[in-house]
Amino acid sequence: MSQTTAAVSHGKSVWDGGTSPMGVSYGKLMMWFFLMSDAFTFSGLLITYGLVRSSNPAYTGAVKDFVFSPNYWPIPEKVFEAVPFLHGYSLPLVFVGIMTFVLIMSSVTMVLAVEAGHRMDQKAVEKWMLWTILGGMTFLGCQAWEWTHFIVGTESGTILNQVVNGQLVPRTVATHGAVLVENQYGPPAFADFFFFITGFHGFHVFTGVLFNFLIFYNTVTGVYARRGHYEMVEKVGLYWHFVDLVWVFVFTFFYLV
Amino acid sequence: MSHHQEPQITVLPPDTEKIAKLWKTAGILLAITVVEFIIAFTLPHGAAKTFLFVILTLVKAGYIVGEFMHLRYEVKVLFWAVLMPMIFIGWMLVAFVYEGTKIIRI
Repeated sequence: MSQTTAAVSHGKSVWDGGTSPMGVSYGKLMMWFFLMSDAFTFSGLLITYGLVRSSNPAYTGAVKDFVFSPNYWPIPEKVFEAVPFLHGYSLPLVFVGIMTFVLIMSSVTMVLAVEAGHRMDQKAVEKWMLWTILGGMTFLGCQAWEWTHFIVGTESGTILNQVVNGQLVPRTVATHGAVLVENQYGPPAFADFFFFITGFHGFHVFTGVLFNFLIFYNTVTGVYARRGHYEMVEKVGLYWHFVDLVWVFVFTFFYLV
Repeated sequence: MSHHQEPQITVLPPDTEKIAKLWKTAGILLAITVVEFIIAFTLPHGAAKTFLFVILTLVKAGYIVGEFMHLRYEVKVLFWAVLMPMIFIGWMLVAFVYEGTKIIRI
């Protein structure tokens, strides 16, 4: 029995058994449904971000006069403006742009691996899977750097207020960086959402790299050549593209808006 | 059913037309991202800017799901089975953000 996608004749008879009505194998269909459930999970996180952000005061002044304060939601481009090896320069959103580029490129190499798999070209699948793994690991490295910078913070820091005898008084020492309970950038929820949303996405990238490596290993050892098709590359490819898709939304709603 | 000799494998030549299309899709995605960057630093913050970002993001999502994930070429039943439930996400987004703008007034 062939597991590859077969052309299905359309009409009533499609649902009468014997063919797969969705025109894809069981494994691929289940991957699609898993990705749908995952889309709902990510939507839950991003929409909650939207809820909390819209229920916090927005910064209303000019962008050039912006300073960090726990009293209003920060402008993302003022938070994410650091690039490795370029300390002290204000380069808003440049690093996150590089990360987006890396992830989109690794999505292209993944789809090229799928194309090579359709042609039973083992060497090409190996090559493109390696590029995809490299892209994924580069992204993870970038994210590790970004997290470190976010947690450590800037030199200036921010003076936060604390409650003493029922009154808000400025602290004497500035707060640097971010932890879950407080941060120098804005309301505590801002850092919490950063950690949870980019963390959950980063975990997906991490597992994606593991899956990609598994596929690469099976390709090298000739498992799919013996099996007669490379459909596993397609299934894991779907997952990898989904990770890219989620990043597109995270990029817009967390970094741009 | 199970046989132990190596099956004959015929490697087909690369489908240049298909590969060119994939690179074109990647080019479009990167171009839209560049446009988003330009908008981020030229337009003032506000509802119009957010709306533009959402539109551009949906276009990017369309290219990724349609071309890279191949959904555009799948059977229509699968296409709609995946797409229709996403309506709930749209509703969820509108409802919760509206809720947030009310919470701030309490």
